[in-house]
Amino acid sequence: MTMRRKRFIQILALQLAAAGGLLGSAAGHAQAPVDVQFYYPVAVGGPIAKTIDGFAEGFMKDNPGVKVTPIYAGTYQETIVKAITAHKSGTPPVTSVLLSTDMFTLIDEDAIVPFDGFIKSAEDKAWLDGFYKAFMMNSQSGGKTWGIPFQRSTVVMYWNKELFKEAGLDPEKAPANWAELQAAATKLTRKDASGKVTQWGVQIPSSGFPYWLFQTLTTPNGAILANEAGTQVRFDDPKVVEALQYWVDLGKAGIHPPGVVEWGTTPKDFFEKKAAIIFTTTGNLTNIKKNAGFDFGVGMIPGKVRKGSPTGGGNFYIFKKASPAQQEAAFKFIQWVTQPERAAQWSIETGYVGVSKAAYDTAALKKYGQDFPAALVARDQLPDSVAEFSTHDNQRVTKALNDGLQAALTGAKTPAQAMKDAQAEADRILRAYK
Amino acid sequence: MNPSSATTRGVQRLAYNEPTRLDALAAWLLALLWILPLVYAFWTAFHPAEYATRFALNAPLTLDNFRRAWEAAPFARYFLNTTLLVAMILAVQLVLATLAAYAFARYRFRGRNLLFGLVLVQLMIMPDIVVVENYKSMVRLGLVDTLLAIGLPYFSSALAIFLLRQTFMGIPKELDEAARVEGASALQTLWRVYVPLARPVYTAFALVSVSYHWNNFLWPLIVTNSPHARPLTVGLQVFSSVDQGVDWSVITAATVMTSAPLLVAFLLFQRQFVQSFMRAGIK
Amino acid sequence: MATPLAPGGSVSHRAVHAWLLLLPAMVLLAAFTHWPIVSTLFDSFHSTPRGGKPAVWVGLENYQVMAADPVFWQAVRNNLWFAGATIPLSVGLALVMALWVNERIAGRAFLRMAYFTPTVLPMIAVANIWLFFYTPQYGLLEQITGALGLPSHNWLGSPSTALGAVTVVAIWKEAGFFMIFYLAALQGFSPSLREAAAIEGASRWYFFRRVQWPLLMPTTLFVLVNAFINAFRTVDHLFILTRGGPNNASTLLLYHLYEVGFSFWDTAYASAITVVLVVVLVCVALTQFFLLDRRVHYK
Repeated sequence: MTMRRKRFIQILALQLAAAGGLLGSAAGHAQAPVDVQFYYPVAVGGPIAKTIDGFAEGFMKDNPGVKVTPIYAGTYQETIVKAITAHKSGTPPVTSVLLSTDMFTLIDEDAIVPFDGFIKSAEDKAWLDGFYKAFMMNSQSGGKTWGIPFQRSTVVMYWNKELFKEAGLDPEKAPANWAELQAAATKLTRKDASGKVTQWGVQIPSSGFPYWLFQTLTTPNGAILANEAGTQVRFDDPKVVEALQYWVDLGKAGIHPPGVVEWGTTPKDFFEKKAAIIFTTTGNLTNIKKNAGFDFGVGMIPGKVRKGSPTGGGNFYIFKKASPAQQEAAFKFIQWVTQPERAAQWSIETGYVGVSKAAYDTAALKKYGQDFPAALVARDQLPDSVAEFSTHDNQRVTKALNDGLQAALTGAKTPAQAMKDAQAEADRILRAYK
Repeated sequence: MNPSSATTRGVQRLAYNEPTRLDALAAWLLALLWILPLVYAFWTAFHPAEYATRFALNAPLTLDNFRRAWEAAPFARYFLNTTLLVAMILAVQLVLATLAAYAFARYRFRGRNLLFGLVLVQLMIMPDIVVVENYKSMVRLGLVDTLLAIGLPYFSSALAIFLLRQTFMGIPKELDEAARVEGASALQTLWRVYVPLARPVYTAFALVSVSYHWNNFLWPLIVTNSPHARPLTVGLQVFSSVDQGVDWSVITAATVMTSAPLLVAFLLFQRQFVQSFMRAGIK
Repeated sequence: MATPLAPGGSVSHRAVHAWLLLLPAMVLLAAFTHWPIVSTLFDSFHSTPRGGKPAVWVGLENYQVMAADPVFWQAVRNNLWFAGATIPLSVGLALVMALWVNERIAGRAFLRMAYFTPTVLPMIAVANIWLFFYTPQYGLLEQITGALGLPSHNWLGSPSTALGAVTVVAIWKEAGFFMIFYLAALQGFSPSLREAAAIEGASRWYFFRRVQWPLLMPTTLFVLVNAFINAFRTVDHLFILTRGGPNNASTLLLYHLYEVGFSFWDTAYASAITVVLVVVLVCVALTQFFLLDRRVHYK
């Protein structure tokens, strides 16, 4: 081999090595970032989208190699339509925030994986145990954890302190039980000269999802509407009928608006002083704080044999058809976004309840709670809170209940008959799941 | 009415064909009733939230609602998307329907009636019902989150084909033959003779198509994931909050923002708009 | 039609031409309408696949369930009532509006715009604004009835008025849209028609009934087809106004279909409802098609 040839081969070899090195590193860099698409429902107004984007960016900074894409997907109902449609077409999002009550539906569609497989270290376990038990009730089934609480709420009672004063009631003392509620509402109802009511004593919405507000009456009466496995309901329990009768009687007594009461306009009714006491989600707290032109109180739902309210809101779920790498990345994101500091930030900005005790121990939420004690009511209600009504074939069973409630409230059926029919319908639907 | 007395009164006075005061009153009342929601929208958009339900004349004006609406979502992008989408759909619909209608109207071939029946089926089938199937198709084609995906199921419009076929069938054959004599091919005849004569139908259909696709919601929601391809209807959904109460101030501000261009355009061009319907070559 | 007019050689050549012209439209129709419909029909004879369980053949079971479901029949009744109200009212109003706007009434341009604005407003805004109108206590209707001394009423929350309230919104949204078609047709009439009627001393009613109405037939039929389609297609406002309630008093077929298909995810049952809806609509479409073919004069 001549000198020149040797030289040539050396240079060639060097070049090949360099190219190989480049290719190797290129392959390393070109290893695509793990793509985590994440559907979320914006249920509390526009600017929240910015917060979500901020979370995504923050996580990506701490975790290069993962690309989190938040995708706004409409209301809760629209988000689950989008998610399941995508799942049925083979390309679901990797993770999504969906209603906690959708758990059984997602399990039945074989769309999600339990979180237990991702809980490995002691730290992970501590994180999972840190969530409020009340929120875990709609997140666990069959001994497994299927959802992680993110934007959760409970129903609370708001009352107009000014109107209380005008009616001769102590503005700092909210009705604590059914009898007191009835008495207060009677004093608070005002009529004009022609007998038309200008101010209702109490208003409990019954459109959209009346079952949720119904639970604020059944829970204090000591009745649980569905079992934990989601396979059995008790609508025809006398205690349940009694609760419905109480609601209907409020209307009959003229202290509660007649017919079906619209959920969306209830806060406005409160601002307009058309209702002195309203039951609505704690998620409305920021809205009411901003727009009520008067002093108002926030209190726990009045009790009867016990106190209590249903929980509500959305959990994170991880979808089955995503790749293991994507699922792992999604799990990290979910862990990151539910850390106390971020949970606190989320709670302050939206009015949802901080999902863990640790969140309330952060400086931000501590101060917020001091400045604005009303924000703590929902949290204080958690020990008495029960799971939101949820079963297999949830939407269908819930509709049977909703229709029954609306029939009773509009006088089309008696409470006993309405609940009996709803029970029969629910039994028929759930037969396949027993 | 005595015809002779009418004649004596003079042909110029078409009194009994003129609208009465009652007509004018009724028309105006109806118009005021009809425009009430828009008036409400303007009122609420420009006044603070407390005045959304109270109509005090001395209420202060504010632009804050617009600011909040603007910040809630990238409306400029949504507006652009919707405009492009609607224009694209209309353009493709017109082209495809013209070709198909021409075939149905002027050609004889086996299976013509069967095919036309198949076309008619789409007249009544809302693509919204078959969303899951169509979404699967979009995934297979790799088109999810594009304007094309939103438009594809609608490109072939049975209504357009139906209308154009009807119109083409009504065009006198002499015009065809005249064009033939000048040596025009089938497509040239189509372009030079049929299309201009069917202009009113094109305009009528355009109106139907634009207004439907401007308002379409469910399918775009399912098939778009990002502001990249999202149209206005999906974007406006952000104000349809479930947890918080209805915020009329922001919804109406967003509405005014997004409808104002259309309203202004209609106001300025309504004469031309309506005239374009009637500018027909046949008469 | 005796001789095909297309140029060029043999029949088969022309047929190829025709098929080529039709190809793009038919391919798209097949892909996005016919194929999904066939698939839907197929699915309606099977059970709903859930998670691990695949769909199995169940024959007519879905249809039997449907026939026994009171909510389905409520939806059918409601939709027929809804169609029966919206179609004549929106078309009739459209005609009246067009006649008015066509006349020399003061402020025609304003009238035209006023009647047309509902079309331009997006449905979500429209629905929320009407929600305000119907809100008890301080809603606009309430303020008006209060001023007149009439009693209070919960329009959307009472089974007796929910469907009517929702129907009013639909009519409001559609009439102005149909008006444009009538207006264009009216303005296309030769003015000599009116002069001739004037000379003969015809009354306005006579002029309308014997001259304008027959000439408007093609437009009327076109508008009727659209109104009919819309009577079954317009359900977006329900999502905001009543969600089909109270207790299904205002539910419509397509809304019920969404509920079953996208809320309950009972896709097989939803397919069955779809098939029924499709059959009904196709029948009407074919009827109207034959009607149109025979009655319309374009010359």
